[in-house]
Amino acid sequence: METNKRPLDGIRVIDFSQVWAGPYATLLLALMGAEVIKVESRKRIDGSRLSSLTTGQRFSGFDSSTVYNELNLNKMDICLDLGQPKAIELAKRLVTISDVALQNFRPGVMDRLGLGYEALSEVKPNIIYLSSSACGSTGPERAYAGYAPGFASLSGLASLTGYSDGPPFTMGGRIDLISATTSAFAIVAALNYRARTGEGQYIDLSSSESISVTIGDVLMDYTMNRRSRRRDGNHDEVMAPHNCYRCKGEDDWISIAISNDEEWRAFVNAIGNLDWARDEKFQDAFSRKQNEDELDRLISQWTINHTKYEVMDMLQKAGVAAVPSFSSEDLFNDPHLKERGFATELEHPIMGKTTVLSPPWKLSATPARITRHAPLFGEHNNYVFGELLGMSQEEIETLMEEEVIH
Amino acid sequence: MSEKALEGTKVLEYASFISGPYCSKLLADLGAEVIKIERTGVGDEARRRGPFLGDIPHPERSGLFLYLNTNKKGITLDPETQTGRKIFLELVRWADILIEDKPPKEMEELGFTYDKLKEINPQLIMTSITPFGQTGPYRDYKAYPLNVVHGAGSGYLAPGGSQNLEREPVKSTSFSDDAACGISAAFATICALLPRWSTGVGQYIDVSKQEALMAMDQVELCQYPNEGKVASRKVDPRMAIRVTPCKDGDMMIIAMDDRQWKGLVSMMDEPEWTKDEIFKDILSRMQHMGEMLKNVAPWAMQHTRDEMYHTGQERGAPVAPIRSIEEAANWQQFKERDFFVEIDHPKAGRISYPSAPYKLSKTPWEGGAAPLLGQHNEEVYSTLLGYSKEDIVMMREAGVI
Repeated sequence: METNKRPLDGIRVIDFSQVWAGPYATLLLALMGAEVIKVESRKRIDGSRLSSLTTGQRFSGFDSSTVYNELNLNKMDICLDLGQPKAIELAKRLVTISDVALQNFRPGVMDRLGLGYEALSEVKPNIIYLSSSACGSTGPERAYAGYAPGFASLSGLASLTGYSDGPPFTMGGRIDLISATTSAFAIVAALNYRARTGEGQYIDLSSSESISVTIGDVLMDYTMNRRSRRRDGNHDEVMAPHNCYRCKGEDDWISIAISNDEEWRAFVNAIGNLDWARDEKFQDAFSRKQNEDELDRLISQWTINHTKYEVMDMLQKAGVAAVPSFSSEDLFNDPHLKERGFATELEHPIMGKTTVLSPPWKLSATPARITRHAPLFGEHNNYVFGELLGMSQEEIETLMEEEVIH
Repeated sequence: MSEKALEGTKVLEYASFISGPYCSKLLADLGAEVIKIERTGVGDEARRRGPFLGDIPHPERSGLFLYLNTNKKGITLDPETQTGRKIFLELVRWADILIEDKPPKEMEELGFTYDKLKEINPQLIMTSITPFGQTGPYRDYKAYPLNVVHGAGSGYLAPGGSQNLEREPVKSTSFSDDAACGISAAFATICALLPRWSTGVGQYIDVSKQEALMAMDQVELCQYPNEGKVASRKVDPRMAIRVTPCKDGDMMIIAMDDRQWKGLVSMMDEPEWTKDEIFKDILSRMQHMGEMLKNVAPWAMQHTRDEMYHTGQERGAPVAPIRSIEEAANWQQFKERDFFVEIDHPKAGRISYPSAPYKLSKTPWEGGAAPLLGQHNEEVYSTLLGYSKEDIVMMREAGVI
């Protein structure tokens, strides 16, 4: 039975984080129903309102960033200059009415501001407080700054990605968003603990570690066998074929992976029992892997005569794993994704019609939902200071003049 | 010993290989009681995949399996037999959460759809993790991790900065994206657990790996509907993140905002070329990334990654060394944070595992070994479900367990 309820209804989050790794974590909480109050100020504007490091986009003003919009849906926004003592007091008052606080300053900065875990747990003993940083809040490199490409570099992942004869690849937004999803998971684990015990806690999240845990098997190849694997394109340790093959069209490719002889026979059959495919050097998994370069070349000579959709269709019917290397254009026009409602169109007061992705999970009873566009800069000052903290319009205006709310 | 974050949560896992097992590993590591069902005889696919301890292939020596299944109990069961089916349903009655990753048709044929299972356990949270989700024209398509990465549009972006589009798009490494799908599913699952504490509501969660990964590439992907730009692995001249070769490897550099730029200039001891007008502000620097790199390169070749990393970080440039796996595994920062932990296993012995990327102050991470194939049959079938010793012997002989 589907309802309007969402799993994190009634949970309030105060979010001091910026850019991608923090904001995407609170986005996930907000999609699940949490009320997220984001703290910015003119002196410390979330960088994604202005530009995107990963894509090189630049935006004019504070309220025309598609990237900011994507990462801050459903949230509220206030401006507080945390350089001012009065602002710190207001932030603390907000913490007293919140369940979760999240920040991704360099370790130590929030403590100096008087907004560290110890200070906040004094005013709100069961607060769940997550610090997200490049290397974690302990250890010799705790103060080092980092962005997603840094996490990919330090974690070992970048060295594993790319062509065997090419440079390593630090990857794009995904690195931040994996780290962010991990933060959101840890916060909800702590919320579950609090639901049972009433207790909050401090969570120290290292973004580099959050990437390293996704290559646990490769790291264990080192701890067990002292082997340091390197990047190798699309290749797999044992499976062949296991690659992307060029298809008819412009920069069109299909990924094909075959794990056993049964799938191989189905593949050979589906491509019309071509002579080369019946050669004994391709008849078992070991031989296929031994002769992989030749195999890749021969498969490409077949795929190039078909579109990627034809190949997917032919091979999937035969039970062979073949999926195009989809571009964003392919994805946004894909019938499967459309049927699943993967994207949402939203009206933004400044940008007009924008498109964002729908929540990536379908919960039957308490579905995640997009309720509104990302907040304009300082859009919720009146609601948060007036209604939530019960301050008068006069008080708010005075604080604005003093550039506390700024 | 302190109580763990998810203590008291009962999870049944009917999954194999990476995403599903990783999802329930995350719950097990935080204290949930996870019973993992493996196919009688063969077990989880990951048992047949390396890395194997000492490079000796053996189902109890796969680093991949050992890593993905810490802190779980393991049983063997063939749900296609009638008795196996009955036991599966008894376990569903026991569980708070079921995590499965089977092709949708297979679950339907077994009669294990959510609609059927909720009749047995109305409070059940059931999470299905499949390549394309439970609906839509591709739902029955087969996809290995390679295909999922490319099907989600991640592959099309890699390796970014390519000069040669004649070469193929590539996957990100190893199985990391499949693990990322597991994290996304684990998040949704424990969100659903929260209202259960108060209202006891059960529900079904459909996780498409394609969409889980697209969500993590959304900033690149959404450039298409919003700006008409199709991002690809082709080099984007505006990109402010670059990799440059240096004396002993490759270095990642960023020079986006003024602070980072000043840090970078200071790291290089303020060379003349940095004073050029074209590097004066962020906008201009982004337009001249090529020139910048050309100037940085000869300097970088005179310096090691560590010199650049420590000096750069001291001076405000968030640069980072590209570490090999060996270097990452020996990183001092990881050591000081006890990121690797030793876990003892009856067949694999004491080896070192990556732990968790979060430290929860009240509910610390604890590592327990992955189960041997069928290790907990006795405990689960007799203690938990109340079968007699004789029953268990007969079920074993019949190939049910």
